[in-house]
Amino acid sequence: MEHIRMPKVENVRLLDRVSSRKATLGTLYLTATHVIFVENASETRKETWVLHSQISSIEKQATTATGCHPLLIRCKNFQVIQLIIPQERDCHDVYISLIRLARPVKYEELYCFSFNPKLDKEEQERGWKLVDLNEEYNRMGIPNNYWQISDVNRDYGVCDSYPTEVYVPKSATAHIIVGSSKFRSRRRFPALSYYCKDNNASICRSSQPLSGFSARCLEDELMLQAIRKTNPESDFLYVVDTRPKLNAMANRAAGKGYENEDNYSNIKFQFIGIENIHVMRSSLQKMLEVCELKSPSMSDFLWGLENSGWLKHIKAIMDAGIFIAKAVAEEGVSVLVHCSDGWDRTAQVCSVASLLLDPYYRTMKGFMVLIEKDWVSFGHKFNHRYGNLDGDPKEISPVIDQFIECVWQLMEQFPCAFEFNERFLIHVQHHIYSCQFGNFLCNSQKERQELKIQERTYSLWAHLWKNRADYLNPLYRLDHSQTQGTLRPQIAPCIFLYKFWSGMYNRFEKGMHPRQSVTDYLMAVKEETQQLEEELEVLGERLASLQKVQLNDNEVKSKQQDQNKELGRSTSNISLANTPQEYNNNLKSFPSRSPSQGDEEDSALILTQDNLKSSDPDLSANSDQESGVEDLSCRSPSSGGCLPSEDSGKDSDEAVFLTI
Amino acid sequence: MEFAELIKTPRVDNVVLHRPFYPAVEGTLCLTGHHLILSSRRQDDAEELWLLHSNIDSIEKRFVGSLGTIIIKCKDLRIIQLDIPGMEECLNIASSIEALSTLDSVTLMYPFFYRPMFEVVEDGWRSFLPEQEFELLSSVTDEWRLSCINKEFSVCPSYPPVVIVPKSIDDEALRKVAMFRHGSRFPVLSYYHKKNGMVMMRSSQPLTGTNGRRCKEDEKLINATLRAGKRGYIIDTRSLNVAQQARAKGGGFEQEAHYPQWRRIHKSIERFNILQESLIKLVEACNDQSHNMDRWLSKLEASNWLTHIKEILTAACLAAQCIDREGASVLVHGTEGTDSTLQVTSLAQIILDPRCRTIRGFESLVVREWLQAGHPFQQRCAQSAYSNSKQKWEAPVFLLFLDCVWQILRQFPCSFEFSEHFLIMLFEHTYASQFGTFLGNNENERSKLKLQQKTMSLWSWVNRPQELSKYKNPLFEANSLVIWPSVAPQSLQLWEGVFLRWNRSSKFLDEAYEEMVTLIEYNKQLKAKVNALRRKLAELETDDRMQENL
Repeated sequence: MEHIRMPKVENVRLLDRVSSRKATLGTLYLTATHVIFVENASETRKETWVLHSQISSIEKQATTATGCHPLLIRCKNFQVIQLIIPQERDCHDVYISLIRLARPVKYEELYCFSFNPKLDKEEQERGWKLVDLNEEYNRMGIPNNYWQISDVNRDYGVCDSYPTEVYVPKSATAHIIVGSSKFRSRRRFPALSYYCKDNNASICRSSQPLSGFSARCLEDELMLQAIRKTNPESDFLYVVDTRPKLNAMANRAAGKGYENEDNYSNIKFQFIGIENIHVMRSSLQKMLEVCELKSPSMSDFLWGLENSGWLKHIKAIMDAGIFIAKAVAEEGVSVLVHCSDGWDRTAQVCSVASLLLDPYYRTMKGFMVLIEKDWVSFGHKFNHRYGNLDGDPKEISPVIDQFIECVWQLMEQFPCAFEFNERFLIHVQHHIYSCQFGNFLCNSQKERQELKIQERTYSLWAHLWKNRADYLNPLYRLDHSQTQGTLRPQIAPCIFLYKFWSGMYNRFEKGMHPRQSVTDYLMAVKEETQQLEEELEVLGERLASLQKVQLNDNEVKSKQQDQNKELGRSTSNISLANTPQEYNNNLKSFPSRSPSQGDEEDSALILTQDNLKSSDPDLSANSDQESGVEDLSCRSPSSGGCLPSEDSGKDSDEAVFLTI
Repeated sequence: MEFAELIKTPRVDNVVLHRPFYPAVEGTLCLTGHHLILSSRRQDDAEELWLLHSNIDSIEKRFVGSLGTIIIKCKDLRIIQLDIPGMEECLNIASSIEALSTLDSVTLMYPFFYRPMFEVVEDGWRSFLPEQEFELLSSVTDEWRLSCINKEFSVCPSYPPVVIVPKSIDDEALRKVAMFRHGSRFPVLSYYHKKNGMVMMRSSQPLTGTNGRRCKEDEKLINATLRAGKRGYIIDTRSLNVAQQARAKGGGFEQEAHYPQWRRIHKSIERFNILQESLIKLVEACNDQSHNMDRWLSKLEASNWLTHIKEILTAACLAAQCIDREGASVLVHGTEGTDSTLQVTSLAQIILDPRCRTIRGFESLVVREWLQAGHPFQQRCAQSAYSNSKQKWEAPVFLLFLDCVWQILRQFPCSFEFSEHFLIMLFEHTYASQFGTFLGNNENERSKLKLQQKTMSLWSWVNRPQELSKYKNPLFEANSLVIWPSVAPQSLQLWEGVFLRWNRSSKFLDEAYEEMVTLIEYNKQLKAKVNALRRKLAELETDDRMQENL
């Protein structure tokens, strides 16, 4: 490819993020889609694959004392890779190549257009049909007496960032919708997001009204009235503005703003202060700086975490979702949600509320539907927010990351409520940035249609669905109380304990995570249980027939012996061994050396990382080998993250990580 | 003294009990010598609260008109509220509780009055004897001996009567070494690493003083633990600065010149009131339910609790690393050798030795490294986070140890035979208990109190099968490996099971736990069924064959 100045560099060192003195020597390759580092050590040849689309920044660092040239690559999936390249020219070439490769200018350059999972046309089509929004609205009970599908946006004529099929109140005529759309930012008129058939309460979404200081719009007022009347039991409608009040007021000066309670009949207006995308971007930035600290103290970490404000923002989004879910489920009141354009905070809050309200969205399929509904179809600007194409860096913000974290925080509080596990969330996040599948390309449905995404690329949902066994939560049971009805989380931070999600933000620092996975263990137990159930049936039948016929069947016997071998789950694969970390990395705190003692002797004895860790296997960020093509999301717990069972018997806690 | 003298009002009716997450209960309040009892009079679901007076950390009283309210804050961190009609009754109850919960004499404590209602299968006082431990050791090495030098507690008042020391060091030398160590706590064996024969010893600081006193016997003793040509590490749980300051008070540390085969590493683990303050701040933060995220995080940070956890774990990991990875022997001490030293030596064993991760092994570890090693439980655990009387020797040293174990358990959820509940149970019994196990400050005091004759051991109760089953970890699969925990801040968490236990409902987490147990139990049942069927089939088939052969 023309952008690759240097397809291969040898004698590159990949630094360990935890211990910077440890490095592995290998060869760096640049391909059209990936950066690949292959370790030289012949017995392992470990490979680290990074998709160009995952690269968020490349930094040339100061030349080292030994004349080498470090290159720091930060990824959108929170991987950080530090390479040391011997020659200045090579380093520069790699740098320049990557700068260009990481910032494609045309959609056609993205990986999904070259990614080929070897599926035929029919399978590709079926994949895209896995999630069907019409089906979803039908599931909610719509259309019905109050709600109908409107074709007013047929050719994106009213709003180009909305889908063509929009659900609106039956009583809202095309005239009202178009009138209302003219009074809303980017013509994003109020449309249905979630309908609760038990009590007719619903969640609608829109952008801010163009009210300025005094403007009003009859059609918009009628639109809100129509929404209120779809819920005959309730005599008012909540209008939730998810922005801080100050931001909303500032918008008035620009001819935008928020609803005046006096102009709309029977609305209750409510601000919920979620900060804007710029605040969120810088908050994540600060938190990642904390994650990158080399051996931080507890105070450094907690202080940095607090200072980043990240968990505060997560809580604000969650609280907004809780407020709306409560209004719908407990008060039976419908809610209209908006922020400025109604595609960031509004998407977050609507989807958190839906997730709390409806157990369906807590299933794997339902979660895919939820993202399609509240994010993809309603024009969340995936391209801008996640920087798929080279663009304005100020447009980038971790909006959906925050939603995904809200889900994780809920999973921590309600361990039985979700059909999917943490790995599922991490892989969804990964693919929002990977551009390996077409689902999240572009900024709107309209653009995706123009690009013929469904013909030219594959759907992530089909891929995840195919591998769903890896993503199941073993504690999920359809008839469990946590899978019924609304989730009602607590609010106080020490009660709803918002935790730092190391599984996501330190995803590649495997050494920081629990070394044994309860989820994987329980999945293995469940799998074995299923085998046992089957065998029990077979044995029962055989016993019956044997007792009847009293035949000596050699075949049966030999078969039984085979099964004997199979039985007995090798749960030992979870007894992951590990290696010590740096428990004494702070050299300054080292013992005073008495003058009487020679330096030579000292250096031989001192517990530096070098001699303490010399025998340690690689625990580094890169033990997660990602080939991107097929390896990543379909990795089964038994083949990837875990130890092959034959190793666990030996007392070889060193060999283990090398085998991964 | 009669308890009756202290009980001004033994009984009040129409008292209302408030607890977070439970509906208020109205009932009759009774005070006995050791318990506060509230029983509801409703017949259908009669509810009773039994609270040991010794569990009460502090009480507050308030009045609104003639309705008095007593807020009781317990050492297990729970807070309950009693509404008592009548000012006089309320005052009487309050002052009675105050008197009963602050009894001076140990012999008035509940364990001396407790009459067990269960059959003792195994006497817990005899479950973990040093002789048994030595027998185990003797099967792998003969370089150590059991010394009875401290038989009458005459050499070291805080050591048990028998200790394990290098075979080559006789009692006479030990006596000299004892003179050279703070509180006479001479180096003794703490742990023998079977894998490579390396050992961990513990002691108190050497009394080098400012003029650099030395003791040849001390040097000989600890050198006796080294293999020829090998070196060892001394892990001093104090910062170098603190260790140097200790010299002015007659203490100090091992000089390189006199211990050339040893490398000293200083790790700073906090002590006494700093830890106590930390606990108080942490509990305060956990009980503050204001809805602000920033305040929560900064309060958590300011408490420094997790900082202590990280420091202790790091030192323990380092000790384990020296032994297992460096193949070196280790000596651990701080000042007295009764607090941070024991945290480090006991945690290192949990990392290194799979036995310590079983229930029985962990109990044995607590007995060896805490009770027999002379951790002053009575002084450290007299008061908890709510107490106003700030005694300088109070410190949640053992609670920090349990928290560290919990952190490792969280990182290796399948490697421990016991669950979190076991750790919480131990935490409760160190502060208030019907059993005598944690009374007294050392074996010397315990023997003077005749605890073995007069009280019941906690282990007698816990080790009965029906009780044990409550504490078993359903995920347990014996893991014979050394387990290296992560000490990165990202890996350490607040121990919700202790610190948020009383101010939030754990319903959803409990449900998850039950679900997990159900899954595993069902699997076990199926396995048993399948095996039974297979056996039956095999028998039938053999019969067949025999008939054929006939």
